[in-house]
Amino acid sequence: MSDHDVLITGIGMVSCLGEGVDAHWSAIASGNQQPVLETERFKPYTIHPLPEMDWGLQIPKRGDQRQMETWQRLGTYAAGMALDDAGFKDDEQACATMDMIVAAAGGERDVAVDSAILEAARERTDLDVLLNEKLTTELRPTLFLAQLSNLLAGNISIVHKVTGSSNTFMGEEGAGIAAIQTAAARIRSGQSTHVLVGASFQTEHPDMLLGYELGGYLERAGWRPLWQRHPGQGGGVVTGSAGVFLVLESRTHAEARGRKAYAVIRDVVSAYADRTAGVLSSDLDVMLDALLQEPRPILAFSGASGAHEPTREEWAALEKRGIAARGFSALTGHVKEAQFPLAVALAALSISHGAAIPPLDADRETAFDAVPDVVLATTVGYHRSEGAALLARA
Amino acid sequence: MKTTDHLGRPVVVVTGTGIVTSLGQGKQENWAALTAGRSGIHPITRFPIAHLSTTIAGTVDFLEASDKGASALTFQLADLAVEEAIEQAGFARGRFEGPLFLASPPVEIDWHERIQLHQVGIEGEGCERLLDAARRTTPQPLFENSQFGTIAERLARKHGTRGLPITLSTACASGATAIQLGVQAIRRGECDRALAIGADGSATAEALIRFSLLSALSTQNERPEKASKPFSKDRDGFVLAEGGAALVLESLESALSRGAEILGVVRGCGERADDFHRTRSKPDGSPAIAAVTAAIGDAGMRPDDIAYVNAHGTSTPENDKMEHLSLSAVFGEHMRCLPVSSNKSMIGHTLSAAGAVEAVFSLMTMREGLIPPTINYDNPDPAIELDVVPNTARKAQVSSVLSNSFGFGGQNTCLVLAREPV
Repeated sequence: MSDHDVLITGIGMVSCLGEGVDAHWSAIASGNQQPVLETERFKPYTIHPLPEMDWGLQIPKRGDQRQMETWQRLGTYAAGMALDDAGFKDDEQACATMDMIVAAAGGERDVAVDSAILEAARERTDLDVLLNEKLTTELRPTLFLAQLSNLLAGNISIVHKVTGSSNTFMGEEGAGIAAIQTAAARIRSGQSTHVLVGASFQTEHPDMLLGYELGGYLERAGWRPLWQRHPGQGGGVVTGSAGVFLVLESRTHAEARGRKAYAVIRDVVSAYADRTAGVLSSDLDVMLDALLQEPRPILAFSGASGAHEPTREEWAALEKRGIAARGFSALTGHVKEAQFPLAVALAALSISHGAAIPPLDADRETAFDAVPDVVLATTVGYHRSEGAALLARA
Repeated sequence: MKTTDHLGRPVVVVTGTGIVTSLGQGKQENWAALTAGRSGIHPITRFPIAHLSTTIAGTVDFLEASDKGASALTFQLADLAVEEAIEQAGFARGRFEGPLFLASPPVEIDWHERIQLHQVGIEGEGCERLLDAARRTTPQPLFENSQFGTIAERLARKHGTRGLPITLSTACASGATAIQLGVQAIRRGECDRALAIGADGSATAEALIRFSLLSALSTQNERPEKASKPFSKDRDGFVLAEGGAALVLESLESALSRGAEILGVVRGCGERADDFHRTRSKPDGSPAIAAVTAAIGDAGMRPDDIAYVNAHGTSTPENDKMEHLSLSAVFGEHMRCLPVSSNKSMIGHTLSAAGAVEAVFSLMTMREGLIPPTINYDNPDPAIELDVVPNTARKAQVSSVLSNSFGFGGQNTCLVLAREPV
């Protein structure tokens, strides 16, 4: 135990499984949660859609809501839940000294404007003039602000008054991994006492699917259990929408205000395998060995995306260590930048409940009956970046 | 020489820098132009200007990737700057072996590629047809250009950096944030060197239009070189520009042990987010004041110790007013003898790159003993009383610089740089 231990004292989460830690825990721990799917809107793709949201619960001003696109509302909402959960919500002093690291991509473009340009381009040869003509007249001026990566953090500052510092990391799953790794390192070194860290991803937009499908990563034949998606039916990834934020806090800071923590983050490791060189499996070994000095059967919340090769490699790396994997993307969908924050959040819930969850894929995942005292959270990116965290009782 | 600072942290120095802007490639070309008061702002030729209210920019038009889209150009700007920086620092090519922090613009698929892809599609309309096309072709280069991690990965592989590279955005403060993250990693003892980069090659028609729609850009198109006029009464917006800069950050201990030449010290970093508005800063300037104060405090210095301010100085009515207000609040009487100039008067606003570009220029200002001017200062704003180093460079012994970066979306980052380790 150290004063600078990294505790998780607040969790805000929204996914197709619902809102908040209780909804998520009861869904994944029930043993019979069916995937929540939308199969028609983006055919041939299946997605895990957001639940019905009442944004006003965390974003009281309608004006603020109007200034954001869904991905920003989702992140700002989840950030508010995390602050609430940590007991920081109306603590102006704490929020004014709180650091923030957000993992984000870009926001939703205007489908109507883009589609009109694409259709008009079929009839025109002066494409650049067409672009100027359409964009100058049809873009909503404020849409830019609803798209800019750093404006999720900007909105969190405006709505929740978190102003100590504000960083936005970009780069798919790796951004979420680096965000949590950096936040934890800052606390451990004494650079920060409390940090808001997380991400949101809103998949219900053709551009967000395009970001995967240009690489052939999306499953095209409906939902199948995560570990049983095979080439021939698409790329294996079924996406979802989620907002996940964590409040990380030093032990001293949390104890001083008498807060109970979900879990302690013992360590976060990351890797950057050159996958074209075929070194993913050895890099995963190095990463897991760094985290688990004494290999023993533990529970892992695996952020495996379903993408064929990395998912197979991750399964192999976990299985040979006797680690009981729970591939949560089967129920939440793959949530890109939010994937690692989600893995860490679920692992923290397992620690705080002192309970494992039943297999999410009964054909492949093995039972885990012990009370988990340490739990692993992993994210192996569908295309690049790998990360893992080890959590324990606080 | 003491290798730890006033808080017992490792002192972080700069041992290599590289730069590309509209003024040219490399430190030498840039410095000659900058200190001669030459502007890099010119009429836009990259795309047609029909229907546009702003027709000038500080684009970098002389590189191979200049007409290859934002992603390719951002990579090349970063890559050239890194090569220059690593060579100066004296590390082996391709084996940097420290972490990478890249400030770059958010990625978007180029319109030309979007339209080409659309033509491959058969079913569906508009954006739906893009997905149909993707299913039919899975175009690898286009996929890579759509991923936010691609530019950093290419840089990381080529230059042999260590670990998961970090790509970041704090809007117009991004370049300074990249430096700050590198400094913090060294101070935590995670590494003894880090590569901080700011690069932005995203001056596309759509980017220009978006800023135009927010009324952020100058429309003084008639004389492009005169359009960026920070702190002038008739300033009317910033000039969109491109650039790239890289800094090799290193612990003083590491630099001394390998006998590297020390180009300057990053003594302090400070930041503070604004919670007021998405594009406007808090009227009382408190977030900017807090960021400046934090940077000076982090450096273990007092406001009176700052010898020169490399201003954010965008030439927008709002920024320059707010920056003056906050500097006045922090420096008080010391303002009378404190030169404050804006590189953006010559190179425009290089957005994600600006903080890094201006940090490199700040280091050169100290080493060369020459302060670059604020050009186009013909009509001073009477409400902004500053020594802006008007129109011509000034010889001066500069021992320390405050470099300001204030971003859209309220992210403010300030750096305190010093000429020599204490």
